[in-house]
Amino acid sequence: MRLKLTLFLAISFFIYANCFAQIDPSLLKRVPKDTVKNILNMDAVYNRPALNINKTPISIGGYVEMNWQKLTTDGVSEGHQFQARRLSIFMSSAISKRVKFLSEIEFEDGGKEIAIEFASVDVEFDPLLNLRAGIILNPIGSFNQNHDGPKWEFTDRPISSTQMLPDTFSNAGAGLFGKKYTKNWMFGYEAYLSGSFDNSIIENTENKTFLPAAKNNPERFEEINSGEPLFTGKLALRNNKIGELGISYMGGIYNKFQDDGIVIDKKRRVAIFALDFNTTLPKIKTFITTEFAWIYVDVPETYSQQFGNKQKGGFIDIVQPILTKTILGWEKATINIACRLEYVDWNVGKFKETGGNIGEDVWSIMPAISFRPTSQTVIRLNYRYLKQRDIFSNPSSITDGFNMGISTYF
Amino acid sequence: MYCINIFSTKPFLLLIFCFTLLSCDASYVEVPADDELLDGPVDGLSNSESAQFLRGDAAVNEVFTRETGLGPTFVGTSCINCHAGDGKGHLFTTLTRFGQIDETVNQFLNQGSPQLQNRALPGYLPEQIPAGATFSKFTPPAFTGLGFLQYVSDADLIKMTDPDDSNGDGISGSVNWITIPGYSIPASNAITQNSKYIGRYGKKASAFDLLHQTVNAYNQDMGITSVFNPIDHYSNLEIDPEISTAKVNDVIFYLSTLKAPIQRNQNDAGVIRGKNIFTQINCVACHKSELKTSYSPINALSYKTFAPYTDLLLHDMGSALDDGYTEGSAKTYEWRTPPLWGIGLSENSQGGNLFLMHDGRAQTIEQAITLHGGEAEQSRNAFEKLSTQDKEALLKFIKSL
Repeated sequence: MRLKLTLFLAISFFIYANCFAQIDPSLLKRVPKDTVKNILNMDAVYNRPALNINKTPISIGGYVEMNWQKLTTDGVSEGHQFQARRLSIFMSSAISKRVKFLSEIEFEDGGKEIAIEFASVDVEFDPLLNLRAGIILNPIGSFNQNHDGPKWEFTDRPISSTQMLPDTFSNAGAGLFGKKYTKNWMFGYEAYLSGSFDNSIIENTENKTFLPAAKNNPERFEEINSGEPLFTGKLALRNNKIGELGISYMGGIYNKFQDDGIVIDKKRRVAIFALDFNTTLPKIKTFITTEFAWIYVDVPETYSQQFGNKQKGGFIDIVQPILTKTILGWEKATINIACRLEYVDWNVGKFKETGGNIGEDVWSIMPAISFRPTSQTVIRLNYRYLKQRDIFSNPSSITDGFNMGISTYF
Repeated sequence: MYCINIFSTKPFLLLIFCFTLLSCDASYVEVPADDELLDGPVDGLSNSESAQFLRGDAAVNEVFTRETGLGPTFVGTSCINCHAGDGKGHLFTTLTRFGQIDETVNQFLNQGSPQLQNRALPGYLPEQIPAGATFSKFTPPAFTGLGFLQYVSDADLIKMTDPDDSNGDGISGSVNWITIPGYSIPASNAITQNSKYIGRYGKKASAFDLLHQTVNAYNQDMGITSVFNPIDHYSNLEIDPEISTAKVNDVIFYLSTLKAPIQRNQNDAGVIRGKNIFTQINCVACHKSELKTSYSPINALSYKTFAPYTDLLLHDMGSALDDGYTEGSAKTYEWRTPPLWGIGLSENSQGGNLFLMHDGRAQTIEQAITLHGGEAEQSRNAFEKLSTQDKEALLKFIKSL
């Protein structure tokens, strides 16, 4: 697997490097971003800026994110940190007019984590009926599909979308998607069967039910722990004047309930429901995007309530452009102010021993100011104030501090 | 608009200004006062000792999983699971011991005794208390100040005992003579009786030292074997150590060097009055306000005077607190005097509640006092006769600890 990945990366870099070394730059054609305003979150993978090499059917692009931060927790700081958060490389190819290949490879934390986030072949039978197969991004919520750093005014990804829902959760799988639009309305759907979660979601060092733990299982692209596929489905409805509403579900058996044909446990399900919404208010152009999710996990009664069977959480981002003009020679540069509110309850329920509420929750407010010299590049400054309570609801620990970062497509 | 104009014309100056502002510590949340927290090291550690303290802190926070040896049956998944913020534990992590009814051997050792592992990894079943076994529930104690208690000399403890109540104050106090594990190395000034040593940790004072206590906790609470106790409690078989000796040593160093809780509002008139009442009604006979350490290999703990409000001795606490279970040479109705230091901060680790006495049955300090019986009966009666103002002063003093 690692060899294949290395080979793939080497070829990618070779192509990319040669674009500059041997090809007349005038042959590199920047593929304009889809200017159609009426796109859905599910279109995000198609709506990325990229470079075309002459008349080849291959497009290449990517984005990079890096930042500085200084945070304290209960007044104690680890000092100044510079972080190479991630480098993502996209490569896509139009194999024929109605058969396309899209991929994204991500290097996180300076290469500590390398993952093929997305690598699928899309075959169009009809706009309302497309087949997608390969490594797919499970479309739960909106962030998982639409997570590119330069699109956001915040250096950190939402807590609920990264630590409650697993962000960039991808699996080997296949399914159908399609969309239809008429005047102001647009409807889209996605339905996939894919690789699934495993026991690590309730057996992990986070000491709580933690769906992203499943991402650490390198076997998930080859083997489903339970032997039963995960279903992910999403319906999205957009009205150009109102906004886009998404309803999604992801669920399946997560545990290894049998081995060698011998039953070793009962089948245990994980089910996730998510609602997402985004809109741009007319006239003042305030952009609002939000996502909220509920998670249900069948945790054995005789295990520990440390690992909860219910979680809920979400975020809302409000972004207000306050100035759009030529700044330092950048035409249509924009300054935005923004704010993110976040909340996650990792363990919804009551203690069997006392009947008291189980804590283990977090909320955060993150005001921000961002400067976009172009629509594809953002320089952002955030302040975070985060309160987190342990399982007993003891006095919150407070994390606060500043982040400053840059993210850009290339 | 003023800001915007600056930004649009002098962006780099603003950037430098922002960076300077953000780098300034004054713009961040302040560190809580030392007397509001139970964690933190004792004063006087060397740099290398401080580094070991931090390693121990990290180890105490380590969460075990199936892969790293958890269980398969267990009570908690990490040390900090039961001792949040190094403070007293919650009923959620209260453990159950069962089987022993007198100083002779525990009859249920071959049935999982002494400790119940009431939780199990998926695919396993937790332990059950065998029919006929008596049991007692123990809420996890605070970690703080344990190093000071370690180095009170045996001679000082013996000096405080009065097993026959020769002074006639109704309070006896005795030590728990226990058989110590082979890996514990007694201090040169340790006192023995019939090859048994004095226990000083645990509700029944049945653990000899922090190594004994820690190794047992890893093994019985989490199912983690070590070179000191390599027997897996589930299979009763010897298995490879699941935690390194270095890590166990770091944890012990951390527990030894956690600071003693700092009393708050010491000069408050009500607190001073409460302290006097505490002495007058003779709570101080068991909850000693002053102990001294002897020599310690950790310089910061050597020859220190401290105020734990315990005598580390066993006392008859009356029939209401007699669960019919015991450890070592203690009687079922005898309990080691718990240190009162840090009690005022217990709510911060018990989820805003109080779970006092050995099993957390008391939810207020007043309730805990009224549950005292046996040797503490006179003090309890005296407390009940106090005026409302005097009771309030006494409670204020206890909450200041």
